[in-house]
Parts: sequence; structure tokens; C-alpha cells
Amino acid sequence: MNKSYAEQFYYLMKLGRVFELRAKEEYMKGNIGGFLHLAIGEEAVHVGAVLGFGKGDIFVHYREHVYALARGMEPKNVMAELFGKVTGVSKGKGGSMHLYDPKFNFYGGNAIVGAHLPHAVGTAYARKYLGDTTGVLAAFGDGATNSGNFFEAINLAATWKVPVLFLCENNYYAIGTRIDRASPFTDLYIKAKEYMPVKQVDGMDVFAVFEAVREAKEYIETEGKPYFIEALTYRYEPHSMSDTGDYRSPRELKIAKERDPIEHLKRVGIERGLLTEEYINFVDNKVEQIVEEAVRFALESPEPGEEELYNDVFCEVCTDVIS
Amino acid sequence: MLYREALNKALDEMMEKDESVVILGEDVGFYGGNYKVTEGLYAKYGGKRVIDTPIAENSIVGTAIGMAIGGLRPVAEIMTVNFSLLAMDQIVNQLAKIRYMSGGKITLPVVVRMPQGVAKQLAAQHSQSLERIFASVPGLRVFVASDATTAYYGLKFAVSIDDPVIFLEHELLYHEKMEIEEEKNFSPYRARIKKEGDGITIVSYLKMFHDTMKAVPTVEKELGVSCEVIDLCSINPLDVSTIANSVKKTKHLVVVTEEPKTGAYADEIIYRVIEDTFYELDAPPLKICGEDVPTPYNRKLELMSIPTPEKIATEIIKWGKKHGI
Ligand SMILES: Cc1ncc(C[n+]2csc(CCOP(=O)(O)OP(=O)(O)O)c2C)c(N)n1
Ligand SMILES: [Mg+2]
Repeated sequence: MNKSYAEQFYYLMKLGRVFELRAKEEYMKGNIGGFLHLAIGEEAVHVGAVLGFGKGDIFVHYREHVYALARGMEPKNVMAELFGKVTGVSKGKGGSMHLYDPKFNFYGGNAIVGAHLPHAVGTAYARKYLGDTTGVLAAFGDGATNSGNFFEAINLAATWKVPVLFLCENNYYAIGTRIDRASPFTDLYIKAKEYMPVKQVDGMDVFAVFEAVREAKEYIETEGKPYFIEALTYRYEPHSMSDTGDYRSPRELKIAKERDPIEHLKRVGIERGLLTEEYINFVDNKVEQIVEEAVRFALESPEPGEEELYNDVFCEVCTDVIS
Repeated sequence: MLYREALNKALDEMMEKDESVVILGEDVGFYGGNYKVTEGLYAKYGGKRVIDTPIAENSIVGTAIGMAIGGLRPVAEIMTVNFSLLAMDQIVNQLAKIRYMSGGKITLPVVVRMPQGVAKQLAAQHSQSLERIFASVPGLRVFVASDATTAYYGLKFAVSIDDPVIFLEHELLYHEKMEIEEEKNFSPYRARIKKEGDGITIVSYLKMFHDTMKAVPTVEKELGVSCEVIDLCSINPLDVSTIANSVKKTKHLVVVTEEPKTGAYADEIIYRVIEDTFYELDAPPLKICGEDVPTPYNRKLELMSIPTPEKIATEIIKWGKKHGI
């Protein structure tokens, strides 16, 4: 592990955390609407996965802000999307759950649990068809592994032999339902192990996630086949801003927070000489500024104009047919 | 009482009365339901009767069908109508057709309850009205509940009949305060005249019923006529005669629904009523619906995409003036 990776981990995880804490505040002020799903506590998975994966298409579920930021999407354009502004990555039409930007090979933000898994398989097929062997990353929650889409997608990926990395973020809950109430076993890699190589990693340890994803990426691209990683993690916040989260005990939450991924990174990073106090302080200040600036940008940005209502429904407007 | 509590009371009473009634769906048990409709029922009836399911909509409806074949009366909750699209095979190919294909030998007393509509900035995949789809499938009863009274009586009725019922609620109504009005012989097959009038008949349901009621005072003031407002409790079957009788009196028909305008269920209502009243109409019927766009996240655009009390009033007034009301 080289120093620059550890620094990037810290920068992006801290950026993700500060960005989301601020998004929460802005939601409470009424500047952000709809559903807001925060990934606080899960940053090691999101950042470790994006950096470990490197080049390639990414498909994620609705808890995707940190993925987008780690991928390099501008904090100000992501924040503006949350604010529903025209300067947002989806012009204010998608919101928090629908961040898209093909420039960054980033395809959502999908609000239908499991729906993006076949998309990832299809995209991997298309890339291969067109002579590109780069892998595709599909990230999803534990709850999604109970959906038909999941089983159909792993079966297809293995049958078609396409390079998809299935990354399951097991945070133990699908809204208020704990995994053991919805699945006969709680080690979710079991669901994929007859189809592809599988691995379970500590999702609170960014180094572990990064290494596992990097190895898996190499495997899917050299073998041209899928791979499954289960990252054990925890979301500190309720499912979304409209959930109370009272199905989890304070003790459970406290135990999870004791393994905070950012604190872990700081400790290990300093121990191994990969991070310095100065760098950490520098980043802590820097991300505050970036997020502050992103909020200012979002606040000052204009709303989409009325013409935007019908823009983007189709590529072509059939003016000769429709008056 | 809240709208959601009226639904809860209906479920509770039906479960109390009949042990074969069970509930299944995502988060309905231990968690109490995403919109708290099933709150308390898990504690009262246990996990055998209030069944938490994985995220597997097709199998929620599929197993409900199997349960009905096996002798139960399942009430399936699909968290929102948007996810019913993952259950369309079970709803359309199975639930709606098995009785007919078996020559009437198999009955499926299954209720599929779910909220629909545009709430607030939930974006396109979470903001849809799909009643037109369900209403167009032969073999499904489609009920809609605009208030606590129809929620309570309508849901009890749905659970008590032996036919499959799609029971549609609206996301924005759950936390509305309202009371159950005592009804002696409630039937969802009869539309309710919620306000009498003799100048314009306005038909709507779910949230649009409330928005229509809000628009009516402005319309009446501007046009100087009174409106008769009809609320539907069932859209399939449709109570054509109540609407047609009203139109024979008012000579004017307006239908308000939230769904995108192309192919909206409003079309069916208008056509069925016109068949009966064509020569008595003084103006072409007015249809007020949503725009033909996926629902945008931005609040301003979102409000442009659906009818609001202000838009309903403006459109009716414009139409009324054009046609000499
Ligand atoms: C098909 C479908 N069914 C239900 C929902 C409602 N829903 C949204 S998130 C969610 C839980 C998903 O949990 P999980 O996959 O573990 O992801 P997490 O939220 O924990 O990141 C549910 C049931 C949905 N969005 N899509
Ligand atoms: Mg989860």
C-alpha cells in the first residue's frame, strides 16, 4: 500500500462524511427534499471499492453520494442535484437517488432495489462485444440479494461469462427488517458461491476493501468472469431521513461506531506511516471548505426552467406529429 | 384519527373476526409498515399472521395466490405501487386469470394494497399513479380510498369478498387527520356524491378528490354555478349511473385524475359517461390530468407535472368561460 492511496482514502472518506452530514442539515432546513439515504459509517466500502476498482462502469443503488464523490464527480454538482438545481448532475430532475454521469462511467443511483444488477450485466456484455474487456462494478445492499433481479443477474453473469464485480454492502438491514428475518443465512456470499468466486471482507477497513476489490477486478478482467464480494458494514443513520431507525438498539449502534472506518483509517494510517497529523488536519479543513462552497453553489444556482418539464423525455421531438 | 389508522382498524377487525386473514409484505411486521398501516398488528397477532417478507414483490403476490389456494385470505402490502411493477406477472397473468381459466373452480380472495401517486420530491421511480393499468386487466377489482371512511369500509369490503382486489391508497393521505363517518350499507361499487350542485359534475378520487374540493369554492365564485363533486370508491367496476345521473342534471362533466394524461383512466370515465349522456351535454367534457413526463425531482417542476387545487380551478374556469357557463 503506498502513501498516496492512504491519503486519497482519507480525503475521500472525510469528504463523503462531511458532505453527507451537511446534506442532512440542509435536508432539515428544507433545502433538500424527497428521500435522502445517507451512507455515514459505510465510507470505507464506497471509497475502497471505487479506488480499488479503478477504471470501469459503476452501477449503484440509491445510497450513492459517496460513490459519486469518490468517482470524481464534483461535490458542488452533486450537492446541487440534491437541491434540485439545474446545475446538478442530473439537472435537478433526479435528486439524491439518481446521480448519473456517463463522463464518469457512473450510471445511478437506482431507486428500485435490485433493478440495476441486470443493467451491469448487460453493460459488461456490450463492452465485451465492442472489444473492451474493462470490468463493471455493481454495488447493492443486503436486502437486494433477496430479490429476483439479484439471482437472475448472477446466473446471467456466470452463464454469459462477463466481467461484473457484484459488491454487496451488508449493513444488516433492509429498512427496518434485519437480514435474518428475510434470509435463511446471514453470510450473503453463500448466495453466489456456486456461480463465481466469492469473498467476505471487513467493510470498516478501507485497506481490506480496497485490496479485495483490486484483486477481484484483476480476476474479472483476466478471466472475463464475474466475482462476488460481501463487505460487512453498518449505516449509522436511519434508512432515510423519513425513518426513525428505532428498530436498532443504542447499544448496537454504539458498538458499530466503535469501529468507525475513518477513525480506523487514521489510526492504522499513522501507525504504518502512511498518514501524518498534518495531512489529516489539512484535509479536515479542506473538505469543510469544499462542502461549504458546494452548498453555496447549490443555493445560488437557478432552478430548472419551466421548459425543462418536457425536455429529456425523448431525444427527438416529433414536431410534425405533435402540435 | 389518521387515514392510515382507519386502514389499520379495518385490518385489525378483519383479522380479529377471521383467522384465515393474514398480512404479508416488506417491513409490515416487526417494523409496523413503512407507512405504519400495520402498526401493532404484529404484536397482537404474531409473525405467523403478520408476515415479514424479503424484498421480493413478485413472490409476495405469488405466495399470496398460493395461500389463497391453500385456504387463507391474504392481504399483501406492496410498499408502494412503483414496486408492483416487479409483481406484474403474478398480478396480471396469475391473480387476474386463474379463476377464469379454471372455469370458476378456483377463487382467489387476495387483496393487494399499496399507496400510489406523487408525494413530495421522491423522483420518477417513486412517484407514479398506475390505476389505468390495473383497471384495464379483466379479473381484477380496483378500489380507491380517498378518505378514512372509504379506507375503513372499503378495505373491510375488499377483504371480505372472494375476488382479487387491487386496493389503492395515496401516499400523501396517510398522515391526514379525518374521521370515519358511520355508513350503514357501504358498498365501494357506489360512487359517493360528496357535494351536491347543479352546474358542473366533477369526478375524482384519492388525493385529487381533496384537491378538487379545495378548487370548488373558486370555481363556483368565478363561474357563478354550483358544482357536484363525486368521489369514486371503485374504478373497476365503475359506477357509471351515479355519474351519468348527475351529468343529466348539470349538463357538464369534469374528470380529475393525477396520472399522466395519455391513456389516463379519466378517458374511460369520460367515455362511459358520454355513452349515456351525449345528447344532454352542453360542453365537451373536461379532463384534468398530469403531464406526460416521468415525475421530476425538482419541486417546481414536480408541481407543474400534476394537477393542483389552483390548476384545477384555473382549468375549469377557463373551460367554463369558453363554453358559456
Ligand atoms: C423493488 C423495490 N422494493 C422495495 C423498495 C423499497 N425499499 C427501498 S430501500 C429498501 C431496503 C433495501 O435494503 P438494502 O438492499 O439492504 O440496502 P440499504 O438501504 O441497506 O443500503 C426497500 C425495501 C424499493 N425501493 N424497490
Ligand atoms: Mg442493507
